[in-house]
Amino acid sequence: MEKEYQTVMSQENKKEKKGISRRDMIAGLASIPVLGAIGYGLFLQHKDKINRTSGLLKNVKPIIPQGIPPLVDGPEIRIGIVGCGGRGEYLLKALGFVNPQRIDEWTERSKSDKYWQEYLTEYLGQENMNVKVTAICDIFEKNAKHAIATGANLYRNGTEGKLDAMPERFLTYQELVASPKVDAIIIATPDHLHVPVVLEAAKYGKHVYCEKPLSWTVEETFEVRKVVKDTGIVFQLGHQGRQTESYQVARSLIQQDVIGKISLIEVCTNRNDPNGAWVYDIDPEANENTIDWKQFIGPAPWHDFSLERFFRWRCWWDYSTGLSGDLFTHEFDAINQILDLGIPHSAMASGGIYFYKDGRTVPDVLNMAFEYPKRDLTLLYSATLSSEKNRGKAIMGHDAWLELDETLTVNLDPRSTRYKAEIESGILEPHKPIFSYVPGQDKIDAITTPTEKYFAGRGLLYTYRDGKAVDTTHLHLREWLNCIRLNNGTQPSCDIDQSFEEAITAHMGTISYHEGRRVNWDDVNEVIY
Amino acid sequence: MEYTKSKVLALVFLRMAIGWHFFYEGMVKVFNPLWTSKAYLLDSGGFMKDFFIGLAHNSTFLPISDSLNAWGLSLIGFSLIVGLFSRYAAIAGMALLGLYYLSHPAFPGITYLFPSDGSYFIINKTLVEIFALYVIFTFPTDHLIGLERFWKKNIKQ
Repeated sequence: MEKEYQTVMSQENKKEKKGISRRDMIAGLASIPVLGAIGYGLFLQHKDKINRTSGLLKNVKPIIPQGIPPLVDGPEIRIGIVGCGGRGEYLLKALGFVNPQRIDEWTERSKSDKYWQEYLTEYLGQENMNVKVTAICDIFEKNAKHAIATGANLYRNGTEGKLDAMPERFLTYQELVASPKVDAIIIATPDHLHVPVVLEAAKYGKHVYCEKPLSWTVEETFEVRKVVKDTGIVFQLGHQGRQTESYQVARSLIQQDVIGKISLIEVCTNRNDPNGAWVYDIDPEANENTIDWKQFIGPAPWHDFSLERFFRWRCWWDYSTGLSGDLFTHEFDAINQILDLGIPHSAMASGGIYFYKDGRTVPDVLNMAFEYPKRDLTLLYSATLSSEKNRGKAIMGHDAWLELDETLTVNLDPRSTRYKAEIESGILEPHKPIFSYVPGQDKIDAITTPTEKYFAGRGLLYTYRDGKAVDTTHLHLREWLNCIRLNNGTQPSCDIDQSFEEAITAHMGTISYHEGRRVNWDDVNEVIY
Repeated sequence: MEYTKSKVLALVFLRMAIGWHFFYEGMVKVFNPLWTSKAYLLDSGGFMKDFFIGLAHNSTFLPISDSLNAWGLSLIGFSLIVGLFSRYAAIAGMALLGLYYLSHPAFPGITYLFPSDGSYFIINKTLVEIFALYVIFTFPTDHLIGLERFWKKNIKQ
């Protein structure tokens, strides 16, 4: 058969002399129509994207927070910190103060590890907030000493570097708060001591950043609200989720009725490691001589010295607010800032100590249902400390449901009334995301590529947004400091009213769990019954 | 090798198929302003992992790498389809695919976020396409079916 063909090359040679022949034209241009076919493919792909984009985005203008708000000009603020354990140290870091030994550790690690190299560079580049740590208070010697060095490390140096003036150590929070060297207080104590310190600070007109939850008992919740309002101090509760971009985007979408009437909201806690279940390490240097046990007990019922109770205080109602106060409040505050839910009409809770039978009194599994009849919706919370099956936040509307994490996805409901026409005409596909938002991107993409969705779902894009992860705690503290410097009555986003709603809601859940009954809120007389 | 009709057809089909693949992939990226290779680079594995992840974090090089990718793919694809300079395009294509392979080598023990569409050990589809481009480079057909046919003619005339 081969012989029957003349070789193409020999044909070429014969025709070369005649210039460009018809055969040349055909062979030379033979592949051009392929470009047309691909062009058609590109056109179809583009049209599909435009269709889907126009389906929803036409009339929706999501609000996307832009960058980091600038620092308000003003004098240096002198900070006193009460409670210098793990969270206290983190807050100091977010303010710009890290223990010199820690800087040494990071420097050492960064020599062989790129992650730490970037971490260190980013941290050293964090804007100076124009604050000084002038006072510290901790009832464990080791923490106090550690915090003194941290507070003095204004220049973010290692142990060889220069330190600023050492903050003064106070043995009691009362003395720290009264000190004229302090303008504002950060509170990172166990739950049962939050309100006593806030009240003391307010008495002296000192501004307060208090870790969540606001309060340990119902009674003190009312008292602290009154005192903070009466004194007019700038108060911020430590729900740094207020700074999460996707929550702010979600709020703007819901305000524009993108997902329709909301009937159910589901929020969860899914943890599965001892640390997440509050079984923290016990420091070998801790003993009755290095811990001021009486101060630790404070308003709690007396108990003999216990290292377990000191380090793992979250496991006992005596000092803790359990899952409801510790972890549900994060979820509640996220939803409250999006929907302005406020305090529910009623709460029902159930659960138990099902996994960590280590002597704790707070449950490790908790389910709570909060009813909002005036809003026609239920808020469900479900938590376990012994499974990491990921259950995110879901806000379920009649037309779409919104999944919320650092990223945000709006999924179309196939039975939607609002989008019925678009679904029938094929512009919108039911069950598929019609909207997604990945922090760091300056646009909302109506339909993302599988790649983007895959990465967004794993939070990868978030971690590396703009090559730089923004610490929400830093932003939350910055907001508080800005309000202090504005000095015109402006309160931060998680102010005392928002905190009051957070605390009462959490307490209602806890009371329901304890008493095994439905607990109600009388919003006229402000009474739990 | 003697270029018989069937051999030419086989080679041209191969050239066009690869061209189509490159061109479409490239143009989709060119037309999508949100596209970036960042996610892909961050997911790199193997012995050059650090290099590619470093590239993803480099805000100067990432946009350059994105443009080179999108336009590189498009131009290589265009060249292979129309049959002009496709030997150079084949080299460039092999280099580009080589980088993809090095960032995501098919070695046991390395897992990627993208689920694989099959089971591979060392040889995967990227590597097969590199070898296919090697064939295109070795047995050029632009002067037979492609714009180079006119180009060559003009030079000779």
